[in-house]
Amino acid sequence: MGLVARALTRGAADAVDRRYSVASAARRQASHVFPKHHSFFWGEIALYSFVVLVLSGTYLALYFVPDTTEVVYTGPYAPLQGLFVSRAYDSALSLSFEVRAGLFVRQLHHWAALLFVAAMILHMARNFFTGAFRRPRELTWLGGVALLAIGIFEGYLGYSMLDDLLSGLGVRIFSGLLLSVPVVGTWLHWLVFGGEFFGDIWISRFFIAHVLVLPGLLVALIAVHVGLVWYQKHTQFPGPGAREDTVVGERALPGFASRTVANGVCVLAVLGLLAGVFQINPVFLWGPYTPTQVSTYIQPDFYAGFLIGGLRLWPRWEFHLGDHTVAAPFWVGLVLPLLMFALLALYPWLERLRTGDHAPHQVLQRPRDDATRTGIGAMGLVFWGILFASGATDVLASTFDVPFEYLVWAGRIGLLVLPPLAFVVVRGVCRGLQRSDRDALEHGVHTGVLQEGPDGVYVELRRPPGGADRAGRPVPLRYGGSRIDRRPDTGADQTEEQR
Amino acid sequence: MMRRLRNVALIVVALAAVGGVYALLVPSPQTAVAQTADTARTAQGRALYEQACISCHGANLQGEPGRGPGLTGVGDAAVYFQVSTGRMPLAGPQDRGYRKAPAPEFDPTTEQGSANLAALGAYVEANGGGPTTPTTPGDQLIGSDVAHGGELYRLNCASCHNFTGRGGVLADGRYPPRLDGATPTQMYTAMLSGPMAMPVFSDQQLTPEEKKDIIAYVVSVRGQNNAPGGFGLGELGPSTEGVIAFVVGLATLVGVAAWIGART
Repeated sequence: MGLVARALTRGAADAVDRRYSVASAARRQASHVFPKHHSFFWGEIALYSFVVLVLSGTYLALYFVPDTTEVVYTGPYAPLQGLFVSRAYDSALSLSFEVRAGLFVRQLHHWAALLFVAAMILHMARNFFTGAFRRPRELTWLGGVALLAIGIFEGYLGYSMLDDLLSGLGVRIFSGLLLSVPVVGTWLHWLVFGGEFFGDIWISRFFIAHVLVLPGLLVALIAVHVGLVWYQKHTQFPGPGAREDTVVGERALPGFASRTVANGVCVLAVLGLLAGVFQINPVFLWGPYTPTQVSTYIQPDFYAGFLIGGLRLWPRWEFHLGDHTVAAPFWVGLVLPLLMFALLALYPWLERLRTGDHAPHQVLQRPRDDATRTGIGAMGLVFWGILFASGATDVLASTFDVPFEYLVWAGRIGLLVLPPLAFVVVRGVCRGLQRSDRDALEHGVHTGVLQEGPDGVYVELRRPPGGADRAGRPVPLRYGGSRIDRRPDTGADQTEEQR
Repeated sequence: MMRRLRNVALIVVALAAVGGVYALLVPSPQTAVAQTADTARTAQGRALYEQACISCHGANLQGEPGRGPGLTGVGDAAVYFQVSTGRMPLAGPQDRGYRKAPAPEFDPTTEQGSANLAALGAYVEANGGGPTTPTTPGDQLIGSDVAHGGELYRLNCASCHNFTGRGGVLADGRYPPRLDGATPTQMYTAMLSGPMAMPVFSDQQLTPEEKKDIIAYVVSVRGQNNAPGGFGLGELGPSTEGVIAFVVGLATLVGVAAWIGART
């Protein structure tokens, strides 16, 4: 059996190579060395979630009908039978109750969407705090920012087009934001909705954007993103032998390939478990969308939470420029997120202005190594986190029994006070860690062992982190950007003797 | 002489006609007269009232300034809703009047409790009238058209009580309650009496049949009924889903990545 398989593989490989002569290129690429660190697999979580999204989305698209025409629901779900619903909502219900594995695939698709964005955020945070975006990888960073923005919008379009009461309220907010744009707002609204809200063509437009335009963009950007990582080689953490001019890791085949396949299988497994165990977006409970109806606890999916949080915190400040009114939501619903994404996208260049560091970097930094950058990152995360939490003021208020007005004010004040505080605290912590590293390198690692000198003074023994030479003198060690071995017991006995 | 007699007779006849028409058109003055059969129950209700309610609501239901509102005209339905759900009597000055276990003497699940509730209601009803608790047993207050009830529920109730009765938030730290524990009679009397911030849904606004359909919808979707797809995550919408995505999904995969990265 094994012999036959080997013969077949060899035959096929020979046939391909004789026609396209790819053997040397394949050998070269198979020897492509990948640095190994567990955090380098976080981006792949997003990648494999995206694969699951494409596959499950294809299945859903076979059954979903992007149409606002009203029909009477006659399916098996009793609490909705006989109601007027759009064909889109009707098909989402039939997907859930009548299509084989439909509900599972719907839930799989939705969980994969959440995980896709969540993993991108985690991956982006890792790249930020380790300085992976520095020259020569600015383009990879820019592509990542674009992927995040498009991914958020893609997810929003996806859950909106089901036309249920929960997402319909989000569509209303989108319509309001478009209208709030000065001068061109009405035109923008007509461009998307083809008329006044609610209109009857928006679902088919959302659908085409969701299943064709944005996924196409995402695929292209992911290809460029991953291609750049391959072509420019992955960054690596400093370690034994790992320097700017070397790569320490394992080859693409078989080492890296087996790991990444294992990672992909695990992503699929976790998503499958989530989809099978936890209910997500039960549209049959939300009911069909009608502009006259509303519910409590209306939140978007988590990735759009910061937008809603901003809208909830922002005071009702309207500006009048002559005859034009600039509505309050414009600033916080459109300007603020665009500003946040612009800062994120431009950060590599902003940091270059701050540090004047134009050199290319293949080796990553520990977050403590650039205390200011880590502080800025913490500031950004806290700012985003407060907006995010404020998007759920009602859930927080009822869960923790706090009047929700308090939460709004806490969010407003927190948004101004906490990010700078986070910057100062985190930068201070990083500097403290730097000092502690320097102390360990200069004076040795704390052992916790006290020794009484001849004069009766107790002195703590310090172990030199670089070990000691034959004469017992500590070997001087420079900070190499990697973790210092702080175990007190390593060679502690011999150090004690030699001292 | 004859002419004079005739004039007098005409005046008498005219006066009689006017008086008769007046007597026919003007209704007799209304006086609240308790039926003799109910007198004993009303008296029992008065006794209960004077034990449990009088300190805040006053001697003749007129209310006590700063302590409690007057109850004239709130009706038997309000009494049933407030007392059977344990909102009244308040446990103390800190009690904000939310649902709790009913006082033992007003527990609607016991015979004595429901008799006491009826007596208290009759006493309040006898002083100013108001909406009354339906006499049909609770399970007959669950209507048959669940879907119609659902539509009415989303139109009238979901803006405070949420899609499936998970409650919500109002201004000033007040909360519309979750509908988990509410019995059909309690939901019905709540709609009739409009407790706290809730509007009154009289029979002109929602017919008894529509009220029953709404109750049928609430019963059909609460407690994870008609909600397939796995654990319901509190039916709080995307908030809890986001928490699960991070705490279960992403955290597990970060652990997996650590494991994959550590394997040699």
